[in-house]
Amino acid sequence: MLKTFKIGGVHPPENKLSKDRKIEVLSIPSAVFIPVAQHIGAPSTPVVKKGDKVKVGQVIAQSSSFVSTNIHSSVSGTVKKVDFSADSSGYPKQGIFIDVEGDEWMEDIDRSETLVKDISVDGAEIVKKIQECGIVGLGGATFPTHVKLVPPKGMKAEVLLINGVECEPYLTSDHRLMLEKADEILVGIQLLMKAMNVDKAVIGIENNKPDAIQLLSEKCKTVAGVSVVALKVQYPQGGEKQLINAVTGHEVPSGALPIAVGAVVSNVGTAFAVYEAIQKNKPLFERVVTVTGKGVSKPSNFLVRVGTATSELVEAAGGLPENTGKIISGGPMMGRAISSLDIPVTKGTSGILLMKEEESKREEIIACIRCSRCVSVCPMGLEPYLLMTLGEKQIYDRAESERVMDCIECGSCSYTCPSNRPLLDYIRFGKGKVGQIIRSRKK
Amino acid sequence: MSKLLTVSPSPHVHSSDSTQKIMYRVIYAMIPALIWSVFMFGIDALRVTLIAVAACVAFEYLIQKYLMKVTPSVTDGSAIITGILLAFNVPSNLPWWIILIGAMAAMGIGKLSFGGLGSNIFNPALVGRVFLLLSFPVQMTSWPGIKMAAVDAVSTATPLALIKESVKNGVPIAKIEGLPGLGDLAIGMNAGSLGEVSALLLVLGGIYMIWKKVITWHIPVSILATVLVFSGIFWGINPEMYVNPAFHIMTGGLMLGAIFMATDMVTSPMNPKAQIIYGIGIGLITISIRMFGAYPEGISFAILIMNAVTPLLNYYIKPKRFGGQ
Ligand code: SF4
Ligand code: SF4
Repeated sequence: MLKTFKIGGVHPPENKLSKDRKIEVLSIPSAVFIPVAQHIGAPSTPVVKKGDKVKVGQVIAQSSSFVSTNIHSSVSGTVKKVDFSADSSGYPKQGIFIDVEGDEWMEDIDRSETLVKDISVDGAEIVKKIQECGIVGLGGATFPTHVKLVPPKGMKAEVLLINGVECEPYLTSDHRLMLEKADEILVGIQLLMKAMNVDKAVIGIENNKPDAIQLLSEKCKTVAGVSVVALKVQYPQGGEKQLINAVTGHEVPSGALPIAVGAVVSNVGTAFAVYEAIQKNKPLFERVVTVTGKGVSKPSNFLVRVGTATSELVEAAGGLPENTGKIISGGPMMGRAISSLDIPVTKGTSGILLMKEEESKREEIIACIRCSRCVSVCPMGLEPYLLMTLGEKQIYDRAESERVMDCIECGSCSYTCPSNRPLLDYIRFGKGKVGQIIRSRKK
Repeated sequence: MSKLLTVSPSPHVHSSDSTQKIMYRVIYAMIPALIWSVFMFGIDALRVTLIAVAACVAFEYLIQKYLMKVTPSVTDGSAIITGILLAFNVPSNLPWWIILIGAMAAMGIGKLSFGGLGSNIFNPALVGRVFLLLSFPVQMTSWPGIKMAAVDAVSTATPLALIKESVKNGVPIAKIEGLPGLGDLAIGMNAGSLGEVSALLLVLGGIYMIWKKVITWHIPVSILATVLVFSGIFWGINPEMYVNPAFHIMTGGLMLGAIFMATDMVTSPMNPKAQIIYGIGIGLITISIRMFGAYPEGISFAILIMNAVTPLLNYYIKPKRFGGQ
């Protein structure tokens, strides 16, 4: 029996259209817009101004607090302006506009393809370098990686879990990375282990990627302490708490961080970025992005410079299909619908999904038939139908005691509801309100 | 770009399931038993079912449209289920006008007075049935004999009524004449309402619904297990006075109730733990009524009582939370 998490879960059609498409390097755009808030935490502070010349890999915005991170230029050229423009949230965010001239990298970046296996730095240096290179969780959560590596006082990490699950339908960027950069990922994992001072790491991969499971298992044989575990395909296995539960059997207590059960979770993309940062001195300014959708003529995986407009990726994948009704940054379960093709790729962009007009409309909402499907699929063991009602009726104290804050916003409930009820919409709303109440109580 | 894009919160995909599909699966699950009942009771069974279904659908439509002034929701299929279940719960020779009254009670009192699909507390078909049982006790309990010529035991009392009567008169179980054997009960060779006729086909429908994920095993299994154990204890103590547990399971609409009526999603609890408690409750109440109460069958009342307890169960019994309580 393959392992998986114990409570709830759904299995939407996988639609991994681009899984056999090799990672292609997307040509450098003529201009980029690089937002200064691409991570969870405080936005970074711009350190360049209009007219400045920048190189690829140069810091253009500095980390503003511990939970924040540096932002590097992904191109070389001239800063056009520091201004506001919409990012994937749809709201105008501060960022740096750069007009591209050539492709001149910082001299200290090693641009060769040679694999550097030997680790010559100690743990503290690794953490410091990760912080300097602006590395965040690339699975979509974009939490600054250096913060995770330093456990709070009194807690100790025991195991590093590497998320190669890619449970979102359609997305294949992690899958491709595992196939094409397996050696680099393994070095990255060893670097993370060293930084955390643990001697065990487990890579979790869902069973729909047998080639990646086989390749990494083979390569792990020569790497002490690292192993691969094949997992049953089940959404949302890529959720931190679900992955920990699937691999170790532990349940992270309500409200606690994974470190409470001795685990730290990192994505395969993050492990690759760590490799590049430490071994190649290369900051995080590009990433793999899947461009996909049923109407897309050439579903692809591109290596994209941060700040590139969505339109460039769509063009490279064969252009915008006639009947596109919705464009999603990320996967169909947790991604965000974006309102324009000008929105830039950021560190957290794992995919661009183009949905057809007929796929993008919600169906008619009818009465709750109390079928309890939402309850049985909720990976957190919540009662979505109830939380929705509590959100709708604004009964926040009860919503809190029914553990609305545990909701990971995976969308399994809304996905499943046969009456098409917008459960997560209301739960999110209630969660926001309850969060405000909790914060005001603490003050 | 000329065209406007849709922007809405995640998730952006939806399962292909719909409430209508679920309802139709329940209907499919009842069809084998329905066909068998027509076979057993003749065309009358079909007549009762058609009248009941048509009446339930019509009442829902009319009440929603003209009294509640909302868009009628008859296409969801739930009124059809109520109609079939109501038909399954009455004798096949029931006059048409009594069926109409039953349908009106089911839809009007049982369902729409609470607000319609999803809001009712009690199973509408059972509300209809109990309404008829109290209003027309004679017509509701005179059962036609089965029409299959090969069977000579054409009884007009249901097996449980027979037992109740005889035991009251001091006749030990073994001496009661005209009781069908277990094999006969399994395939439906006994008197009773339409849906009581074949335990096997009802189980088949139940398995189909579990396979199609319309219901889970928790409710039917906990009811049946409770009935087996509870009636088994009495039977063990005094087999002269108490009939064996298998008999209880196969008679008096227990299968129909456990598989098709107690599992009605709207009126049953929302998580496995609560569902098991609910099932045990139904089992205990059913056997208590059969042994000590005035009615021979009991399951209808047991389900209605536990329907009333369901909101409490939902309030106090929570699903297993991730990360402990
Ligand atoms: S979105 Fe929240 S409530 Fe809905 S299934 Fe996921 S965790 Fe449960
Ligand atoms: S899945 Fe939808 S219809 Fe079923 S109980 Fe939950 S909210 Fe109600």
